[in-house]
Amino acid sequence: MADASAPLAGTGGVAPRRPRGASGSLARVTRFTLVRLLALFLTVVVGVYLTIMIANMGGYVDELRRSTIRENVSLAVGMDPELRRLPPAERLEFMESLIAIQEERLGLNRPFLLRSFAYLGSALTLDLGRSEFLSSDSGSREVRLIILERLGPTLLLFATGQLLLFFIALLGGLVLSRRYGGWLDRLVIALAPTSAAPSWFYGIFLILIFSAVLGVMPFGGMVASPPPPDPIDYALSLLKHLVLPVTAIVISAVFLSIYSYRTFFLIFASEDYVEMAKAKGLTSQAIERRYVLRPTLPNIVTQFAFLIITLWSGAIITETVFNWPGLGRTLFGAITVTDVPIIVATTVIYAYLLAVTVFLLDFVYAIVDPRVKLDVGGAL
Amino acid sequence: MTAVRRLFGTLLQFPSAIAGLAIVLGMVLFALFAVIAIPYDEAVRLWRGGEDVWSDNPRTVPPAWVNWLPGINRPTTIRIDSAVEPGLKTRQSLDDDLDEVVIDFAIDYRFDGFPQEVTLFFTAAFAESRPNVTMTWTTPDGREVRLGNLTLRPSEAFRVSQESRLERRLNGLPPEVGLFADPDDPSRSLKGEYRLRVEGLLFEEAADLDARLVVYGRVHGWAGTDHRRRDLGVALLWGAPIALAFGLLAAVGTIVTTMFIAAMGVWYGGWIDAAIQRITEVNIILPFLPILIMVGTFYSRSIWVLLVVVVLLGIFSAGIKTYRAIFLQIKQAPYIEAARAYGAGNMRIIVRYMIPRIIPVLVPAFVSAVPTYVFLEASLAVLGLGDPVLPTWGKVINDAQANGALFRGHYFWVLQPAGLLLVTGFGFALVGFALDRVFNPRLRDV
Repeated sequence: MADASAPLAGTGGVAPRRPRGASGSLARVTRFTLVRLLALFLTVVVGVYLTIMIANMGGYVDELRRSTIRENVSLAVGMDPELRRLPPAERLEFMESLIAIQEERLGLNRPFLLRSFAYLGSALTLDLGRSEFLSSDSGSREVRLIILERLGPTLLLFATGQLLLFFIALLGGLVLSRRYGGWLDRLVIALAPTSAAPSWFYGIFLILIFSAVLGVMPFGGMVASPPPPDPIDYALSLLKHLVLPVTAIVISAVFLSIYSYRTFFLIFASEDYVEMAKAKGLTSQAIERRYVLRPTLPNIVTQFAFLIITLWSGAIITETVFNWPGLGRTLFGAITVTDVPIIVATTVIYAYLLAVTVFLLDFVYAIVDPRVKLDVGGAL
Repeated sequence: MTAVRRLFGTLLQFPSAIAGLAIVLGMVLFALFAVIAIPYDEAVRLWRGGEDVWSDNPRTVPPAWVNWLPGINRPTTIRIDSAVEPGLKTRQSLDDDLDEVVIDFAIDYRFDGFPQEVTLFFTAAFAESRPNVTMTWTTPDGREVRLGNLTLRPSEAFRVSQESRLERRLNGLPPEVGLFADPDDPSRSLKGEYRLRVEGLLFEEAADLDARLVVYGRVHGWAGTDHRRRDLGVALLWGAPIALAFGLLAAVGTIVTTMFIAAMGVWYGGWIDAAIQRITEVNIILPFLPILIMVGTFYSRSIWVLLVVVVLLGIFSAGIKTYRAIFLQIKQAPYIEAARAYGAGNMRIIVRYMIPRIIPVLVPAFVSAVPTYVFLEASLAVLGLGDPVLPTWGKVINDAQANGALFRGHYFWVLQPAGLLLVTGFGFALVGFALDRVFNPRLRDV
């Protein structure tokens, strides 16, 4: 079982089921749930705190910010003709007061260690606060609004791409496992190593062929510029801009995914109970549904769940190559100007999504796989 | 040794493995050639050396081999230097303090189309009085065009293509076109021998001057040039050892340490195992690429610093869970108990008894991890976080992207580094797949 699932993600703790009393199992489930929640929460806390430390380079970024503030203030004061007439001592005092205000605005007047815990507290309570430099297209500095504004395009692109990829891979795997050894099967196996390259890489080739040489597709962006006023035209333009990035996402992984699913299904199809079912004379559809797909369900569910949460952060480079106004590019922009609140916000949301998914998966396993026993203190 | 030979024997039954091994071997030879042909310091100088290194190269032109394609005959760069060929220069005394120097350049131009630019670089030696030069252009059909005259400084560049007065004299054609155009059909070049005569007047006994004529072509080298006139061949050549070194070191660093730590955790159990598990779980939450980008922006863009960070973040990866599951089975095996019974120490059991058992899983994972890291380096470079000193394939793609190479049709600029990346990645992936099938018999059957 462990070997069989190696190409895909492993399942949770699998052990033979032992009969138990109803009240005992309820207490056990409650205890398991609490321990699991606590462990996951602690993991999130540590992970987010580490991200805060790294995003601030352990306080080093503060020094950068202080010197930037000092430089900007002294430049502004030096340029102001009104202030130039003040005596130097008074001007210096005024400058220092401006710097103090700026530092207080960014919270630099308090020690970093103290602030890091304050950051942690507000991050964990999802009080995302205000960004330091970036703002949303509508001009807001609220991190929540910036993220919400960018989430739409990211979800649109990656949900389309990843869902398409997932279902193509699943169906393709199923079809190939039924007729393995054929030319189609061998073609997919031969093409599987193409998945070594990431999606942005295929994106460049697609742009080269369809935008530069053939000129039938846009070079990037989400809609035509200026955006068409008519909603139908807008949707069509969006669709046209979606084609190349979605194709890049699908191409970059599809052959390896089909190959993994196909191998996975084949391994399950060679189990003795499948032979038994064949001997009983069941139809191949029934065998496939009841004896091949059913036992592989936990793995498929795991794959799907992790796929959904990877949608969250999008892909920094794919969005950069296609000029897609999504969360990944915003995150990249935030990193380059050290806008810590945005970096921490995306991380904490990802951490929560991951933790919740992992937590829920344990229960999903218990539902879809009757062999699974809830194992206290199991792996994440 | 026999095991290795047997492995190769099995591996060679897969045609894809042979292809993959050939590619990997080819890449290693290519990388070795790069390191031997252009030593490290020379590569850095050629890539970062400044205008002097690449001023004689044309700007953003495709590789010279495009001329082998049928129907294409693009001009190559013609470079004639009177300092190198003294025979071009004649000097005669006109008066006491007045000498005349004549430099006669002959240009055999037999290409379709026009050069990219024409520039004359002068070097003059004098004490006080600056020499004066007059330049005259003669076409194969005998027309004479005065290019202009100039009073020289010690070092002077006369950019013929930027002379607006000359452009007016040539009926509004850009000089590099007008000088080479066929008078009957200005859209075509006139083939034949052109002459450029530089007549200089020297006002001092000890004064001297030399000129270098560069007629910039529209092809260059085996790989073309970029927007700064740099020879892309240097970057493509040196990209190979860097990509291989980064990919192999990162793969070794992460996979070997991950396996070792997983084995330690399983063997010692207790709090060590628990700690390793918890660290892994925290590490999975940490955003990998953003952290790399942060290190690149705030701290250092050196490829070796990023390599260390990649390895550190990669040690406690999800792979630990897979290895742990396998080690847990191995730990129960009777031969481990036998080893314990004869008194083997903890480290001996881990290194000699547990780790060898996992090599079948490890080797394919290692080979398949190499392209991931090769592309990771390229990904970082595409985001503008490439190494500031070394030329890499990713940085060439990044330069090309930043300068709109695809939009302007400079396909060679993107295709060459991307092709090399693809071939490298594909080669390792092919070998990795084949190894996976050799080592995992369950996969071999299906």
